[in-house]
Amino acid sequence: MIKTIVIRLLLGIATLFLAVTVAFIVAHGSGNPAAELLGASATPERVAQLQHELGLDRPLYVQYFDFIGGLLRGDLGTSLRYNQPNLELIMQRIPATFELTAVALAIAVVVGIPLGTLAAVKESTWIDRVTSAVALFGQSVPVFWLGMMLILIFAVQLGWLPAGQRNGPLSVVLPAVALSTLPMAQIARLTRSSMAETLGEQFIVAGRARGLSRASIILRHGLRNSSIPVLTIFGLQIGALLSGAVTVEYVFAWPGLGTLATQAIEGRDFTLAQAVVVVGVFVFVIVNLIIDVLYAVIDPRIRRTRA
Amino acid sequence: MTAVVDSMPRAGFVRGRGAVIGFGAPLVLLLIVAILAPLLPLPDPNLQDLGASLLAPGSPGHALGTDQLGRDILSRLVYGARLSLLIGAIGMLLGAIIGTVLGLLAGYYRGIVDIIVSWLIDAQLAIPFVLLAIALITSNGRSLIVLLLVLALFSWAQYARVIRGETLALRSRPFVLALRAGGVPGYRILLRHLLPNQAGTVLVLATLQMGAVMLAESALSFLGLGVVSPDISWGAMLSEGKDQLVYAWWIAALPGLAILITVLLVNLLGDALRSVLDPRKRRY
Repeated sequence: MIKTIVIRLLLGIATLFLAVTVAFIVAHGSGNPAAELLGASATPERVAQLQHELGLDRPLYVQYFDFIGGLLRGDLGTSLRYNQPNLELIMQRIPATFELTAVALAIAVVVGIPLGTLAAVKESTWIDRVTSAVALFGQSVPVFWLGMMLILIFAVQLGWLPAGQRNGPLSVVLPAVALSTLPMAQIARLTRSSMAETLGEQFIVAGRARGLSRASIILRHGLRNSSIPVLTIFGLQIGALLSGAVTVEYVFAWPGLGTLATQAIEGRDFTLAQAVVVVGVFVFVIVNLIIDVLYAVIDPRIRRTRA
Repeated sequence: MTAVVDSMPRAGFVRGRGAVIGFGAPLVLLLIVAILAPLLPLPDPNLQDLGASLLAPGSPGHALGTDQLGRDILSRLVYGARLSLLIGAIGMLLGAIIGTVLGLLAGYYRGIVDIIVSWLIDAQLAIPFVLLAIALITSNGRSLIVLLLVLALFSWAQYARVIRGETLALRSRPFVLALRAGGVPGYRILLRHLLPNQAGTVLVLATLQMGAVMLAESALSFLGLGVVSPDISWGAMLSEGKDQLVYAWWIAALPGLAILITVLLVNLLGDALRSVLDPRKRRY
């Protein structure tokens, strides 16, 4: 168990390192951030001067080691626009994004798992069809557009819920519902297929032969066994969830990481944009590490074979 | 954004060749309309008429209404389809080529190539796509090339993962062993034997990725990172409609609906193709 965790931790650090390097190359090694910052009317002298001020005229490898060194000290650079440490800006926004994504995931799980389970148990019935339709819709709809339509219906027309900003518990409902569609679709779909597979397994047949009730088999054994792939997809989808959060936050003026990132675009604040990517990758790696540990908790077979 | 789900078993409605035609036909029609846009009796999509701004759908001369600058929405939707489909197709194609090549190499040669490719896939999947796009575009500025590059980056890992797995499975099959024993060089085995064997998989993946890439393009254009005026894409139209939402819902609602329907059809087509081309994956 400990060995598994250590190996996963090392792999996570390796992924983190590579992804952070990609983020650096993307933000530093390509294009001319100083020229972008100053706009089209800037003279070459002014661009060169700014490049010097920002340290962008140094060799790329020097900038890279500087960047990695900063990361190791927990320094993500200084925002060009706000003149504040990037990490500080990001930390201020993290709670809002965490709240939004957590509520969205909760909705996705609470709706998606029962839907997928029902669809597997009642295969080829109307429940199955509805699940397929919901899953297909969730996978095909632009979440930010759905968010706008939700505002239109529930805030403008009906006046039931606030249309934006982060003001009290009701304000999270619409953005979270919009953001939940994609993970919900995937969770429902995957629960359905993995449950259908699990229900055909020998231990389920054995359970029924021993006289366990259908409900107890599905809830205690089926669900537990089919939760492994759901958990995997959950981890892999963290990136998609953060991506979706950027557009949803933009629509709802939700003061999270996504809005910060869009502000970085407007201000051509490439150090802030880079820092947000680094934090996004960090979140992804951490969540996936936690999930790896959870596998072992859920499935004793994994606990035994991997330990 | 469906980077992972596409390799999973999918729920299906209608399967078989009939479904391929049924879902493919409206898409072909859309493509024809988009290509023929300049020949259709539509007003110039960028023609402003402030006297006729914010007309609701159903107004005379403007079947789907006008936007805040009096531009005809129907015309903009038709012209927007051109860039939305083109960018979707090129982005998908770039991702497919890069991903398939890397997947084949990693699966066939294994060893260090496999380690590097697998590592790159892991890293790519760990970077939230929109954030990566934001970083790339803040330092490079906005251009079609950068947008296509971002979209290719978004989708290649998906192909690489699946193709690598299939190649690994194929390479130990007797026919590949026979080719190797017969002295056929590796690149020939890859190109002439392993690639054609997976053509169906690539086609299915590519169809499903096309939908994902179109959604990604719309998200980026919506944030102002992709297509911008005077160019028209559905995502860019959505972004223009955002501020008018309360007064004129149709400016944002209609292009979003266009994206939803197109991506829905593309995804259904992908499912149908899979059921025809790859019976092994027909789980349910």
